[in-house]
Amino acid sequence: MSEIKNIRDQFISKLENDLSIDQINEIKTELFGKNGLISSQFKTIGSIPETDRKKFASKLNQVKDELQNLITSKSREIEGKKINEKLKKEKVDITLPERPFVRGKVHPVSQTIDEISSIFSEIGFSVEEGPDVENEYNNFTALNTPDNHPARDMHDTFYLDENKEVLLRTHTSPVQIRTMLKDKPPFKIIAPGRTYRSDSDQTHAPMFHQVEGLHIDTNINMGHLKGCLNYFIKEFFEVKKIKMRFRPSHFPFTEPSAEVDIGYEIKDGKIIIGEGDKWLEILGCGMVHPNVLRNVKVDPSKYQGYAFGIGIDRLAMLKYGINDLRAFFDCDYRWLNHFGFDPLDVPTNYRGLSR
Amino acid sequence: MKITYDWLKDHLKVSAKEDKLLEKLTDIGLEVESIENLSEGLDFFRVAKIIKTEKHPNADRLKVCDVDVGNKEIKKVVCGAANAREGLLTVYAPPGAIIPKNKSKLVVAKIRDVTSYGMLCSESELNLSDESDGITELSPSKYAKNVGKSYFSKPSSNLIDLSITPNRPDCLGVRGIARDLSAAGFGNLKPVKDKKIKSNKKQTLKVKITKEKNQGCLSFGSCLITSVKNTESPQWLKDKLISIGQKPISAIVDITNYVMIDINRPLHAYDADKIDKGIIVRNSKSGEKFTALDNKNYKLDDGMCVISDNKGVLGLGGIIGGTRSGTELDTKNVLLESAYFDPRSIRKTAKKLNIDTDAKFRFERGIDQLSIEDGLNKAAFLIKEICGGEISKIDIQKIESYKNKIIKFEPKTFEKITGFKISIKEMIIILEKLGFKLKKEKKFFKLSVPSWRPDIVQEIDIVEELVRISGYEKIKIESPIKERSKNTLNPTQKLFHFLQRSVASKGYLEAITWSFTDSKYNDHFKEAKKEVKIVNPISSELGVLRNSIFSNLVMYMSKNLDRGIKDLSIFEIGPIFYGPQPGEQNTVVCGLSAGKKSRLSWIEKERNVDVFDIKRDVIQTLVEAGYNAEKFYLDDESPNYYHPGKSGRIFLNKEKDKVAAYFGEIHPNITKTLDIKTETLVGFEIFLDNLKLTKKSLKDKKTKYSVSDFQKSERDFAFIVDKKISVQDLVSAISNIDKNLISNIKVFDVYEGDNIPENQKSVAISVTIQSLEKTLTDNDLEKTNNLIIETVENKTGAKIRS
Repeated sequence: MSEIKNIRDQFISKLENDLSIDQINEIKTELFGKNGLISSQFKTIGSIPETDRKKFASKLNQVKDELQNLITSKSREIEGKKINEKLKKEKVDITLPERPFVRGKVHPVSQTIDEISSIFSEIGFSVEEGPDVENEYNNFTALNTPDNHPARDMHDTFYLDENKEVLLRTHTSPVQIRTMLKDKPPFKIIAPGRTYRSDSDQTHAPMFHQVEGLHIDTNINMGHLKGCLNYFIKEFFEVKKIKMRFRPSHFPFTEPSAEVDIGYEIKDGKIIIGEGDKWLEILGCGMVHPNVLRNVKVDPSKYQGYAFGIGIDRLAMLKYGINDLRAFFDCDYRWLNHFGFDPLDVPTNYRGLSR
Repeated sequence: MKITYDWLKDHLKVSAKEDKLLEKLTDIGLEVESIENLSEGLDFFRVAKIIKTEKHPNADRLKVCDVDVGNKEIKKVVCGAANAREGLLTVYAPPGAIIPKNKSKLVVAKIRDVTSYGMLCSESELNLSDESDGITELSPSKYAKNVGKSYFSKPSSNLIDLSITPNRPDCLGVRGIARDLSAAGFGNLKPVKDKKIKSNKKQTLKVKITKEKNQGCLSFGSCLITSVKNTESPQWLKDKLISIGQKPISAIVDITNYVMIDINRPLHAYDADKIDKGIIVRNSKSGEKFTALDNKNYKLDDGMCVISDNKGVLGLGGIIGGTRSGTELDTKNVLLESAYFDPRSIRKTAKKLNIDTDAKFRFERGIDQLSIEDGLNKAAFLIKEICGGEISKIDIQKIESYKNKIIKFEPKTFEKITGFKISIKEMIIILEKLGFKLKKEKKFFKLSVPSWRPDIVQEIDIVEELVRISGYEKIKIESPIKERSKNTLNPTQKLFHFLQRSVASKGYLEAITWSFTDSKYNDHFKEAKKEVKIVNPISSELGVLRNSIFSNLVMYMSKNLDRGIKDLSIFEIGPIFYGPQPGEQNTVVCGLSAGKKSRLSWIEKERNVDVFDIKRDVIQTLVEAGYNAEKFYLDDESPNYYHPGKSGRIFLNKEKDKVAAYFGEIHPNITKTLDIKTETLVGFEIFLDNLKLTKKSLKDKKTKYSVSDFQKSERDFAFIVDKKISVQDLVSAISNIDKNLISNIKVFDVYEGDNIPENQKSVAISVTIQSLEKTLTDNDLEKTNNLIIETVENKTGAKIRS
């Protein structure tokens, strides 16, 4: 028994020293190798008198476990130290730049179209489209603008033929005509897209974007028109209150017609929508003219409703503080980077239009 | 349309302040565009007398004048006018005054070393006439006692510029505006007090409207005023015209202008002595010529409505008069014309000859057909009053009489359209004040439309009048219902938005460029497509519709590179055109990438952007959009604007139905010709219309989930194969052996050169073999191995490398 205690005491003190991994392994062999001190003790169990055997064996096992555990923890400690020393040497300057990445952007007009679609989606509008090249009938005549109508002067039209029969659409309104000719009422659509007028200066571009709206049913009146636009403008500018003014105007394809102004003021050089006593014209609208409905074979005594047209680029300028319309189409990478949107910023109803 | 509140008060009894007027005008649809104070600063301008003139010491053409500006003050003014002379009464503008014509502010200035205190003004500089030759000469009899006093008599009221919509010709006259205001409760319309001509004298110049097809003149009223003395207009008339920014010319011209603006009745005054025999209103014959009052010569086509005499064309009816018969200061006998011309005819002629005049603007919108006599009465009496003379009877020739329009109006239609109610009493008041005559029938009114309202033809127009006058603010807001019965976007539109954001997420900046482009650029990319020309482009650089988005993107890429950025990816999603008819367009996603990857990186090796970068962008985008990459089929037939060896096209499947995309390096010749300064330029085009829409929705696309946990084994093969054989063929030969066993194929090396025969290449492929049903034995694996080698060798002529 004292033999076991000696071994224990001797090796515990040995293991207290600073040891290398090799020395630990040596000790391990010395104790638990084939002829190790502890192994040898186990071999003696058989020769121990029966009365002491149990006590001896239990004592031996206890010492064996104690030493084994000590060896394990000691070797772990040494290994840990070694790794730590190695890692110290591997330290890098993590302030060095990461591997390069590039970031793409979505154009503010595309983002605005998605915002508009999201807002109108909530109140049941679906999206329709039409071609950029239109015939004279869809763009003008069907919209109650015959060729002698002075309103045609307000549209500086790009023509593709000498007879002025094919043109680049001057507004998105021909989509109304296409939609109503294609389907049966009721209609509840918006139609965003490119539009063209041969006009080019600081505030006019020969190409710009509009969104058309059309809602035709049996009972749609000017109150619904006002409600729809009031809702849209509030949602779009993400404000709780909006100052909006409906003002009589004239478009050949609506009667009665209105232009809509919103209140604004300039604070610290920035435009604030919905406050102030200045008015800004942002869209044209009205009740679809019975002549237009007749042209698309919809009975105006049964169906009625409203249409509107909004300049998308202008809305984007107002919302995002962009001053120069021409820059939209100049493709300057600095501008695109500055005003563009992260592709992950998809405008949605649940997440909000913008971050 | 320019008006002043003062002028409005000629027709309107009203006491409200001007700001209330402005509000009301906008509220009833007569939008106030701007408001300007014309009289501001005009009190600076003083009547002055030149005391002495001397030649300027340093300039032959200039004079130094001593000018008496009143209050015993003498100012030295340098003046270049030939008529500046001692004793002349003229208009002096001191430093600080703003010259009306060019809005420039005068300062004390040294002109060739002589200091000039102010300026002597010409009539043109004062916006009084076009006379710019010399300074204003004032008559001594009127102005001798006024030296030092303000030249402009009284401050006029603000100039209000209204934007009148094309449907409202009646509001191109001050009276029409006054009528609208009175209907809206703003003041009361004063009754007309004009006298009627009661003369026994016959109008002796014969007028004839020829009866022919498309005769543009429907009636022609005239009145002859003999023995007049044309003169300068009296001050009140001058002031009136000046107050709305017009220049007085002579009494007769000023009177016709005044009547036109006052009651929207265009008139024309002829010097009757210059008319040969009589007036014939007829269609022109091709080649006829005349000189118009704008001093331009016009050559006419067939069928334009002309006023003519025996000698030929006098003027274009309702558009512009001619110089041959114009009135002048020595005109003795005046023929006044007050006619009605068909808007369509006016518009056609004016457009063809590109003439825009006040009269044309009014006639093409529609003039009150019953105002012919009113205009003649008003103008003739004014001429008599100012110029003297004798008025003849009115002569009216017509080929068509005006018919009164009658509209049935059911009051309940109003609420149906507007969503709110007004009383029948209120309706009647509004309509009567607007000039309608009402007759009540059982359920509806029979309305007789006033002759000055050509825009009102049906019931809805009556609703518009009522809601406009009663006020749009009365329309109640009906909040929209949040309900959706149809999908917002259809599958194509969803795909559009998906591709847009997918490409942007790969580092591309989205551009939006014109749908038209410069043919110089477009020619490089149009291939066999038809060039679509714009007949009236903004400039020749924007003369054609784009056949490819590259036409624009390449140009803008080049501009950006010139701005100093070296590595850039841009894209656009939008239309390209392959014909001039509606619908002959496709939607394309087009991307362009220039420069290097990892330029100046401390950690990564830099290299040029290459065809496999752009291939990854295209394939990844298509995969993200829901297409199966395993089915894609590629070949190297790409358009000529790509590098012939480094470009390709992608089909969604082996059937090669429609090209899904092209990708590759842009042809080096093009980058060279267009001088694009970059190391490499690679691009792609994805054809949205060629992508088959997956019919399955996302929820149906998720198939049963099954994975294999049996051991997998990776085997490497190296084949030596003819260079012409594509790796795609090798891979598809392997993958087709057993789709259940071969779970992955990876190409990990391609090598040409030493140890490989000429025209051959070595392709190393790693194949993962795994069964869904069992652990494969060595035997199974060996069998599959052999099958792979055998199949590839048979199908492609490759040899396994030993």
